[in-house]
Amino acid sequence: MASIDELKNIASQIRRDALRMVHGCQSGHPGGSLGCADFFTALYFEIMEHKTDFTMDGLNEDLFFLSNGHISPVWYSTLSRAGYFEPKEMYSFRKLNTRLQGHPTTHEHLPGIRVASGSLGQGMSVAIGAALAKKYNADKHIVYSLHGDGELEEGQNWEAIMSAAHLKVDNLVSTIDWNGQQIDGPTEKVMALGDLNEKFRVFGWDTLQLDGNNMEELVSGLKKAKSMTGKGKPIAILMKTVMGYPVDFMMGSHEWHGIAPNDAQLAKALEQLPVTMGDY
Amino acid sequence: MDAFIKEFPERFIQVGIAEANMMGIAAGLTIGGKIPYTGTFANFSTGRVYDQIRQSIAYSGKNVKICASHAGLTLGEDGATHQILEDIGLMRMLPGMTVIVPCDYNQTKAATLAIADYEGPVYLRFGRPKVANFTADNQPFEIGKAQLLAVGSDISIFATGHMVWNAIEAARLLAAEGISAEVINIHTIKPLDEKAVIQSVAKTGCAVTAEEHQIFGGLGDLIAGVLARHQPVPMEMVAVNDSFGESGKPEELLVKYGIDTPHLVAAAKKQSAGRSKSKCC
Repeated sequence: MASIDELKNIASQIRRDALRMVHGCQSGHPGGSLGCADFFTALYFEIMEHKTDFTMDGLNEDLFFLSNGHISPVWYSTLSRAGYFEPKEMYSFRKLNTRLQGHPTTHEHLPGIRVASGSLGQGMSVAIGAALAKKYNADKHIVYSLHGDGELEEGQNWEAIMSAAHLKVDNLVSTIDWNGQQIDGPTEKVMALGDLNEKFRVFGWDTLQLDGNNMEELVSGLKKAKSMTGKGKPIAILMKTVMGYPVDFMMGSHEWHGIAPNDAQLAKALEQLPVTMGDY
Repeated sequence: MDAFIKEFPERFIQVGIAEANMMGIAAGLTIGGKIPYTGTFANFSTGRVYDQIRQSIAYSGKNVKICASHAGLTLGEDGATHQILEDIGLMRMLPGMTVIVPCDYNQTKAATLAIADYEGPVYLRFGRPKVANFTADNQPFEIGKAQLLAVGSDISIFATGHMVWNAIEAARLLAAEGISAEVINIHTIKPLDEKAVIQSVAKTGCAVTAEEHQIFGGLGDLIAGVLARHQPVPMEMVAVNDSFGESGKPEELLVKYGIDTPHLVAAAKKQSAGRSKSKCC
């Protein structure tokens, strides 16, 4: 059991790692990575029962699927800091012959990843399949997934959302990163999401809402979500985050969705994120 | 599928009219050691869900068996919207995808069982109409091993799927005209049994391919590539010539689109005649 302060410290290092990875290859997606760093930290360092001795089948452990694969930097850092692979490998992000491909993949056999993602809208279906496999295997563990809010514009999600309720996939906790931003601008302007909470509820899901940049709320909310499993319905967490959080000049805009900081911008950002576990 | 549902109702997952989701769920089921078989029309098993197959199944190396019915023109009256003629090409382009097109009921059954023992993504294509069931019951099915159905010396006919029966019929008609046709069933498009192809044309010196598919991207292209690289001989492709299909009875469509037995016979006669000419001059 990590304390809230310890989790905050881990999240600070994960944010540093994500920014340094994107800066190192001058490519990648820092905005969503920063916004979701608290979620990844809470999930991997407090909530999930998981094994760093990786097996693809993931029997008798909780599983996580990242559907919005472009925020790979935050996942790679989390996996590394949790013990799946050596932090020094983060140097290779998006470089030739790396296991840390631009978008997550099983193809290069990076421990912790169970399906490729990047082409949006596919992760929830895969998570449902993995959750059904757990039921067939009488494995009581939970499947978690993360999705972008803009990603919900992909129609496959709604096929998946409908089927998860119909098939009573009640060992699935899907979180929506509701930062209100996507590559082309604010989601309200590009494609209004409406009342996401009500949308999930009328599709037959249980829902809860939380502040994804508040560690106390994240931990208690994820624990509550866990307690809601096994009751006949899939669970959706509508997680409000701020893209770019907490770097002052990156916050709240889609501008940092997919561009790399230059040297000065990196330095300015890192000043706001204390080193807590040692840079890779 | 009905028999499976009856025997194993708890292992059948109905996902509705949602093929993209079906492919993703299938990919997810493999994580946990299951071997999912998906079932829908070939059109909705491939083109409609190509990106899902590409990313969540093929690139992710998932052990999913994509079983696709109602392929090709012989779907008949439903027309071109449902008559996919591009699926073999689509699927064989995917790295790591095994592509199997059995020729009749017995072989489809054997292939369905065999792919369970093979680790990796598979595309299994079959059709709608009742066709001759001529291969042996309880036959072994070896993925990637072409099946020699008739030994001949004047021309090699490489056929896949329903067209294998047409090739056998064509060989019989050709024999009546003194032309000895070798018939090889290419039930596995990928990986192709290149050795069987090369050995046959080394003997016959010319080839015809037969498939219920576009002329681009299918069996003909595949065989042409092998021959060009290893054993260049004259060849002709009996396939749909860069066209969509239309409504009609299956047999009428095969005639109109030039892939029925008489077209196959004509192509074989043309090639074998050319071969005789090149031999004598």
